[in-house]
Amino acid sequence: MTASALLQFLLTGITVGSAYALVALGFTLIYNATGIINFAQGEFVVLGGLLFFTFAEVLHWPLAVALAAAVIIVALIAVIVERLAIRPLMDHPVLSRIIITIGLSVILRGSAKLIWGVDAHSVRPFSGDASLMIGGAALQVQYLWVMGLTALAVIAVRLFFDKTITGKAMQACAINAEAARLVGISVPRMVQASFALSAGISALAGAVIAPVTFASYDAGIVLGVKGFCGAIIGGLGNGLGAVLGGVLVGVLENLGVGLAPTGFAGLQDAFAFLILLLVLFLRPQGLLSRQRTEGV
Amino acid sequence: MHLSARLALPLLLFAAVALVLGGCPKPATTPTDVSGETKVPKGSGLKMAGGEEIAIGAIFSVTGTGAPLGEPEKATAEMLAKQVNDAGGINGKQIKLIIADDATADDKAVMAAKKLIEQDNVMAIVGPTMSGTTLAIVDTCEQAQVPLISCAASVKITSPVKKWVFSTAQTDVLAVERLLDHLKAQKITKVALICDSNAFGQSGAEQLKKQLPPAGVTIVAEEKFDNKATDMTAQLTKIKAAKPQAVICWGTNPAPAIVAKNAKALKLDAAIIMSHGIANKKFIELAGDAAEGVVFPAGKLLVVNELPDSDPQKQVLLDYDKAFQAFAQKPANTFGGHAYDALQLVIAALKSGAADRAAIRDAIEKTQGHVGIGGTFNLSAEDHNGLTKDAFALVTIKGGAWTQVK
Repeated sequence: MTASALLQFLLTGITVGSAYALVALGFTLIYNATGIINFAQGEFVVLGGLLFFTFAEVLHWPLAVALAAAVIIVALIAVIVERLAIRPLMDHPVLSRIIITIGLSVILRGSAKLIWGVDAHSVRPFSGDASLMIGGAALQVQYLWVMGLTALAVIAVRLFFDKTITGKAMQACAINAEAARLVGISVPRMVQASFALSAGISALAGAVIAPVTFASYDAGIVLGVKGFCGAIIGGLGNGLGAVLGGVLVGVLENLGVGLAPTGFAGLQDAFAFLILLLVLFLRPQGLLSRQRTEGV
Repeated sequence: MHLSARLALPLLLFAAVALVLGGCPKPATTPTDVSGETKVPKGSGLKMAGGEEIAIGAIFSVTGTGAPLGEPEKATAEMLAKQVNDAGGINGKQIKLIIADDATADDKAVMAAKKLIEQDNVMAIVGPTMSGTTLAIVDTCEQAQVPLISCAASVKITSPVKKWVFSTAQTDVLAVERLLDHLKAQKITKVALICDSNAFGQSGAEQLKKQLPPAGVTIVAEEKFDNKATDMTAQLTKIKAAKPQAVICWGTNPAPAIVAKNAKALKLDAAIIMSHGIANKKFIELAGDAAEGVVFPAGKLLVVNELPDSDPQKQVLLDYDKAFQAFAQKPANTFGGHAYDALQLVIAALKSGAADRAAIRDAIEKTQGHVGIGGTFNLSAEDHNGLTKDAFALVTIKGGAWTQVK
């Protein structure tokens, strides 16, 4: 194994992982506000990618406008979905609401198939189809955008929680919904905001990876699982942990493919599950305790 | 009471979700409205004498990863059934085409096959779309003694020969034979393989490993990828280290497009050769610039305008293309062509007077010189595919369009 090959595995892992990180962050935001694992998270990613495709490639809007529109629309969809499907079940056990999200994922996936068809769709890269060579390892320029926007999103979310009243109110709901209600915070509104924020971030991930991995109606399952693994590995409920977890899934997955003997490399997706199992065996507290952290 | 009321809703929801997720216990079949007549009475499929309709089943991957192949197949089958029925049917009887979606899942394909055979009493089954789903229902059809005419390409479907199973897609054996000609012409002796881990990709890999080394072509690296994987850079990095003259990728969209893009990003200095699994416009659209120069074997439909008028397939291809465009409002592709050929074989058998499942099987097996979309079919008891490597054209992508490799 040459050094440049190893560097390539790491680099690809980090770049692919930063997309998983955004999905993992999306999981975390909703989990913190509601205790729900949102199984429709991957579908928000897909909707972001597909809407971005429509705006950028079909309607030929400028990329920045198309990106913003995709993010906002998916956030709005999440708000509507929360209002119609999650809120009416507020008094029911968390489990029923989680099951509802599974149903939602099926509905969203089906709708996406009806609207965009079964084919994958490609969007032109933000700044050319070029790739950079770093120490013998190639990096698609689009992935600089993925990493950059991931970093921006993480910082923005952190600032939102630290510096704004709404952000602090959301945190308060996450820490203790009952107490938050007593001091006059509208818990339903905060839950709604968490859905919007989470879906928006997922849509951003979907849009920014569309030029390299394509957008197709059924891509949400795999992305959702990878993001979920990242969120669990990072300790569910821990925003920064989710981001690191997502990147870790990407890196280990690519190292796994790269270092595994030929014949096992086809098990790319299995690596994510393997990592997840290892973490659950060795550090189950991420899953079992509702670990709270300050900020994201 | 209170407790049970509280439990009731979640349980109901769970049941609903389970239903939606798992599909209904029986796969939904959509009798296409081509005949406009009532359902065939039970039992009439076995003997047509009393009925006015002939029930023919079809299983396609209309959803799932095989959907880009299954959708044109479904549209093609519907179009052909309509054509036949509008022209007065077969010997005065209308075709009743019953299409099931297997969602690209083996278990759903088996359920669909059982339903078509046991409840709908179909005379024959056209499809499934994919190699994996086809192999999943081979036993079911063999046991029930129902002719199955698959649209999938794996050689395992027809080799060894199974009494009731046929295939109209050009097999990977022929595709590899055709590619070998190209490798020899280009004096390529070192290749790397990167194949999908699904049945199609692995069947292709098996053929490549079987045919290339005896012909003097060394396989210097072999990698796999998952059909839904979004990045193959890691596998290609390993391939790059092995310095092949050509990389052969065997898979179906969208993964091969990602392989092409990743290879370009890595500045991999090797010819890119792919399979007939990428023989649709979508590959060019997805891979963009990375598609340029990719060489692959494909049905002649892709380069129909470059064919000489003397080619017996030319008129058949042009007619199909025109009819499909008019019916489905999109360009025809070779996958739809497999369904066209499969249903045509059944129709030809019925027209020749075959009136039960066994007679249809026998008639299909005797098909000679049938000019179809995939090639000219010459079937026999030893060959249930009936095509040769001449069914393939060698195609490359230039300026975002297909052209024959000269």
